[in-house]
Amino acid sequence: MRVKIPTIQGNHMGLNAMIILEDGSTYRGMGFGYPKTVGGEFVFNTGMVGYTEALTDPSYKGQILCMTYPLIGNYGVPSRTIMDGYGLPKYFESDRIQVSGLVVHEISNVANHRDCHETLDQWLYNEKIPGISGIDTRELTKKIRIKGVMKGALSVSKNQIITRNLIDTIEGTKYEGYNFMSQVSVEKTMEYGDPFLEPIVLIDTGTKNSIIRNILEMGYRVIRVPWDTPFNEIISHNPKGIIISNGPGDPKVCHSTIETVVKLFSSSLPILGICLGNQIIALAAGGDTYKLKFGHRGQNKGCTNVGTNQTFMTTQNHGYGVKSNTLGKTGFKTWYINSDDNTIEGIKHESKPIIAVQFHPEASPGPYDCIHIFESFKDLIENKGSKEKSIEIDKFKGGGKIFQRMKQ
Amino acid sequence: MSEEGIKTILVNPNIATIQTDTRFASKVYLLPVNGYYIKQIIEKETPDSIMLAFGGQTALNCGVSLHDEGVIDKYKIQVLGTPINSIKITEDRQQFKTAMIKSNVPVLESSPAYNLREALDVANKLGYPVIIRVAYTLGGKGGGVAHNEYELQEIVQRGLSLSLVNQVLIEKYIGSWKQIEYEMMRDCTGNSVAICNMENVLGMRVHTGDNIVIAPSQTINNEEYHRLRSAAIRAIDYCGIIGECNIQFGLDPSSESYCAIEINARLSRSSALASKATGYPLAYMAAKIGLGYSLTELINSITKATTACFEPSLDYVVLKMPRWDFRKFELANRRIGTSMKSVGEVMAIGRSFEEVLQKAIRMNDAGKIGIVGNDENLKEELELVEQKLLYPSDEILFDVVKAMRLGIPISRINKLSTIDSWFLFKIKNVLDLYDKIHEVDVSDISENLLRKAKKYGFSDLQIGQALGLKEISVRKLRQKLGINPVVKQVDTLAAEWPAKTNYLYLTYGGDKDDIIFRKEKNSVMVLGAGPYRIGSSVEFDWGTVNMVWGLKNNGIKSVSVINCNPETVSTDYDISDRLYFEELSLERILDIYEKENPKGIVTCVGGQTANNLVPKLGQLNVRIIGTDSVHTDMAENREKFSQLLDSLNIKQPPWNKFTSIAEAKIFSRNVGFPVLVRPSYVLSGAAMKVIWNEDQLERYINEAAQVSPEYPIVISKFFQDSAEVEVDAVCNGNDVIIGALIEHIDNAGIHSGDAMMCIPPWRLNRQTMNTIVDYSNLIARKLKVKGPLNIQYLVKDEEVYVIEANVRASRTTPFVSKIVGINLISLASKAIINGSLPEGLNEPWLSISGFGIKVPQFSFMQLEGSDIVLGVEMQSTGEVACHGNSFYDALSKAYEAAGYNLPLSGSALITIGGQKNKAKMHSLISLINAMKFKILATEHTAEFIKNNITTNVQEVHKISEPVRKPNISDLLYDKKIDFIINIPSTSTIEKYVGMLDDEYQIRRKAVEMGIPVLTTVESAISFIHCLEWRNKNKPSINPLSKYHLN
Repeated sequence: MRVKIPTIQGNHMGLNAMIILEDGSTYRGMGFGYPKTVGGEFVFNTGMVGYTEALTDPSYKGQILCMTYPLIGNYGVPSRTIMDGYGLPKYFESDRIQVSGLVVHEISNVANHRDCHETLDQWLYNEKIPGISGIDTRELTKKIRIKGVMKGALSVSKNQIITRNLIDTIEGTKYEGYNFMSQVSVEKTMEYGDPFLEPIVLIDTGTKNSIIRNILEMGYRVIRVPWDTPFNEIISHNPKGIIISNGPGDPKVCHSTIETVVKLFSSSLPILGICLGNQIIALAAGGDTYKLKFGHRGQNKGCTNVGTNQTFMTTQNHGYGVKSNTLGKTGFKTWYINSDDNTIEGIKHESKPIIAVQFHPEASPGPYDCIHIFESFKDLIENKGSKEKSIEIDKFKGGGKIFQRMKQ
Repeated sequence: MSEEGIKTILVNPNIATIQTDTRFASKVYLLPVNGYYIKQIIEKETPDSIMLAFGGQTALNCGVSLHDEGVIDKYKIQVLGTPINSIKITEDRQQFKTAMIKSNVPVLESSPAYNLREALDVANKLGYPVIIRVAYTLGGKGGGVAHNEYELQEIVQRGLSLSLVNQVLIEKYIGSWKQIEYEMMRDCTGNSVAICNMENVLGMRVHTGDNIVIAPSQTINNEEYHRLRSAAIRAIDYCGIIGECNIQFGLDPSSESYCAIEINARLSRSSALASKATGYPLAYMAAKIGLGYSLTELINSITKATTACFEPSLDYVVLKMPRWDFRKFELANRRIGTSMKSVGEVMAIGRSFEEVLQKAIRMNDAGKIGIVGNDENLKEELELVEQKLLYPSDEILFDVVKAMRLGIPISRINKLSTIDSWFLFKIKNVLDLYDKIHEVDVSDISENLLRKAKKYGFSDLQIGQALGLKEISVRKLRQKLGINPVVKQVDTLAAEWPAKTNYLYLTYGGDKDDIIFRKEKNSVMVLGAGPYRIGSSVEFDWGTVNMVWGLKNNGIKSVSVINCNPETVSTDYDISDRLYFEELSLERILDIYEKENPKGIVTCVGGQTANNLVPKLGQLNVRIIGTDSVHTDMAENREKFSQLLDSLNIKQPPWNKFTSIAEAKIFSRNVGFPVLVRPSYVLSGAAMKVIWNEDQLERYINEAAQVSPEYPIVISKFFQDSAEVEVDAVCNGNDVIIGALIEHIDNAGIHSGDAMMCIPPWRLNRQTMNTIVDYSNLIARKLKVKGPLNIQYLVKDEEVYVIEANVRASRTTPFVSKIVGINLISLASKAIINGSLPEGLNEPWLSISGFGIKVPQFSFMQLEGSDIVLGVEMQSTGEVACHGNSFYDALSKAYEAAGYNLPLSGSALITIGGQKNKAKMHSLISLINAMKFKILATEHTAEFIKNNITTNVQEVHKISEPVRKPNISDLLYDKKIDFIINIPSTSTIEKYVGMLDDEYQIRRKAVEMGIPVLTTVESAISFIHCLEWRNKNKPSINPLSKYHLN
């Protein structure tokens, strides 16, 4: 039977809207979603698909997101009731929109897809998030690239925009050094999966649903605990391994998580850090982190495994990173590097079963090329030693390699 | 490869492409790309290795056959890039299917068939409709969708004959699914990246070559995008691709189902598109990977800082629109479907779907000003429009508009056309805005409305159409309101890294230019030629590129190119200082001109498209570099050119312009039929026609054309049995360098683009050549030509007539330049800049050794139904040329290069119309007989042969009389005919719609079966002499440079 594919037209569009950045630059456009004024750190993402996944990624907390891809909203927003096999929402990374505001060049006035439930502007309206369209997003991106990320305000209104309100909003906006954990972490412990399976504790510093999905996929049960859960409580679950999730903001403000991780190091439990989790592990080990000028946000970032020299496309969403020269005495060594700028994309302990990556192996949005990180983690838990994904070069006996050798 | 210090030998008989310029490869062989020739070149040059992925399907097939024949092993040659075994997996349907299943990628249920019986069984099992695919062919050649047994039989028979391995694949048909493609790169260490994903707007129903393609995909979500991407990586990993490939998927819009359709393990038309769409140089990277580099070792050539191991992020939208030329083929079926029929394409870059759609439609240069605002015939019946949505033709987008105008709901249009509703709504947006503009009064038009229209890709002309204003008035109005486009860069990384390149486009979707315009006076803009089409193709790309290099060599600091054809080298961003991937419209050229403020614009290498803009640019006081607009007009305008020739005492065939049938008849009677008629308005069919009598003239004007004071027709005397000669020259206003005199091998009456040609002339006497040289000098000086010039002459009874002169690079400029060894465009770039031309180049065409012969390449096979008889309208889609020590050495190789088989024994089918033709063919038939061919002939021809030549002739029966045996139809299918001479009588040379006579049937079937058909006396003579020569001689194998004496 043929399924009827819904086509829905936008409803909450055509409002007045304006952006003012910290440096005083202003951009006028058309508002959509919910009319209100918000402040936040302006960041850009270069991914071309996956706005429902991106907007619900808790790592964006406190930020106003500018999409570099110009046409957003084409396939609408699916229903929250569409679940994966584990009962997790298929298209959403958390239970709400996490960005403070959305900046696009064009929001589609119509949405069409098999799974479309509502339009993007309607969803933003429902979740009380403002959006602005008609912006020269390339120009805004260049500004952020050149000057670095900065605070700013976005105002959407049915009436005329009052500039003063935006300036006041910027002044009241906190990002750097601000602890977002209470806004993104679970309040109390939650469990997922078959209760008879062995547990993995997920320290929720703003986790994405896809991380939970991938742990379940590994064949474990997930115990998702608040970000500040003490060591003893974590150990009381008798976990087979620990995963420290992604999350928003500066890792250095997650004091209690860092303290917990320091204790976990001595427990000899396998640990996997993802994104913020990677930074927290580095800090706990005595390394240092820094703020990137304009972050890495997109789905096209090549990361190279320094051991095998294999390069994978990864999804990234981070504004902070691990300082490369600070790992010296930590017992950790570089595992993955960014193929473009050689910054650290993953670390690995020399003797303990601890690995961490700066990118998002759970993808969503983005490429699934690094799902094998979870497999590596599973190998650590099962004490198989961390196998690297590698291919048999012999299988690909193209003339090429030989030619190069011949030349030398 | 030259960056790596590697010596390269290029084999390609395509004379017009920049690729066969000696600048790139160490050695160029203008020879057929087939096993026989490549083997000999390998023996001669003893190369270390071979690359197969860069010459399309032709090279790939050739590589496989070289391997299978053991040539590659015997000479210990390495195949660089994707290995032969991997190629075989992707090419053989069954192996491919197995490979996909093993890599956990779904495929459609299907089975191969090696004969009709098997095919029928498979189809019955799968249930109709089914799609038939042919193993090892290009452009979906020979495949098709069958809804019943009858259609199946037709397609399978054609397909089996075309397949190298006599195999077709019968598959379930999924016409309503989306068609999504990925361009993939993979290196020999196993790194894989998806460079570009593309969505076909017309879905699975239409071959991607004929589809409207958008990049990146618009209607699929993250999960679908990456599910397919992951499948692509698994698939190419399994197949062991090294380099570049394209993978196509079908995706069901109403479920989670998808399937892999095919992998092209080579650079393709799609890869060229993907390269231009993303700025990622796929061919360059694939070459490096073939040499053994890994992706991470290579650098992104746009940022010059980041790795090539990444996936481009676009912050714009790209739309590819095919260019069809069905108008040239009266009998051709205009439906588009599973086999490719378009001859070229354009690509538009912008920041909204509406913008790129409308830009692309205009770029196509097919007479439309956008998706709306064209002459819309709304009288069509609803039912007919619905049929057209169901069975799309080249007009599909305009049929969608029609359907919307008729009030057919979008949901129904979607159901019939399978075009995703998102695209349909976007088209509706444009329509609605057009109507809104149409409703407002000129004085009330708001800035907002105008701005929105520009963002939706409306041109000034289109807005003018809606408002009742002239194009230039709209321009002034919007400029007064400060509505101007901005220049943006294509940088592969969505502005995340600083870009070091100037690959640019213009859009209204932004506020600021990406680049700074300095008041640089020493800059020049060069106009390209737009889409490849019949009559304007790759030769102008060669010209544009050489012009850019020439200008740079002559001290121009900044050369920018404007062009919109993704298949060209002129749109490679590293050719020019600035590349504007843009419309070649007056509006856009002015936009760029105003920003660039250059020294001037070069219009002489962009074919007729650029040339046609000269008068308008001249009127607006735009500086033209080259022949000025007054003199360009003098060459273009028939009356003015006639006066010029009169003043020089040079003859031309008598002609005149008419506004009524009566006058036309009187003139035609006076000069005598046949006459050549050129209407200025054509209702149907081709524009030019040879008319043989008064009745026909009347019928043609009444039925197909129109004549009125508004639409005059031009009639000129048509000389039968005359020779055509062309001259390509360069002039700096005073000095003239003639590159060559080129003689057509066919007699006049075949369009110069379809004619076989020869350098140096082989039949002209010295005196005629001198006259032509003198005339050319006189005309060039009188026209004050600065730059290239092409003049076409007619020689009848030793008398020289001028047909026309073009003050621009011509189709034959690369042919002349490469055969004679003098780059006419390099000289032209000197001529237009500082005037001095080198001395001592006296009749250079006479000093080459041997002959250079050009043979047209036709695509009749792809154009279902089209007749192959040539006429005054051009029909070929490409050309090849070969050099030879003798005339027949060159010609026989050129024939082979154009895909003809040269049978040295077997059977010839001869059917000749009219006594005069039969008489002309008398001696040739004797020769065929002497060469021991078995002669088959239809009734009258057989009788003629029996009575006059030989009794060695078997009478065969017409296709229209299938019960009478032996029948031509059976003989064709059983491959019992090796070549056909089918010369229609002069009265049936005239083609008209609906003609389905026997001769046409024979020609058509033969084309479908790949059997050579000769349709003119001259071509038959030259073909048979080639066979005769080949019987006794071997073709010469030499690189191009060998033939140049200097």
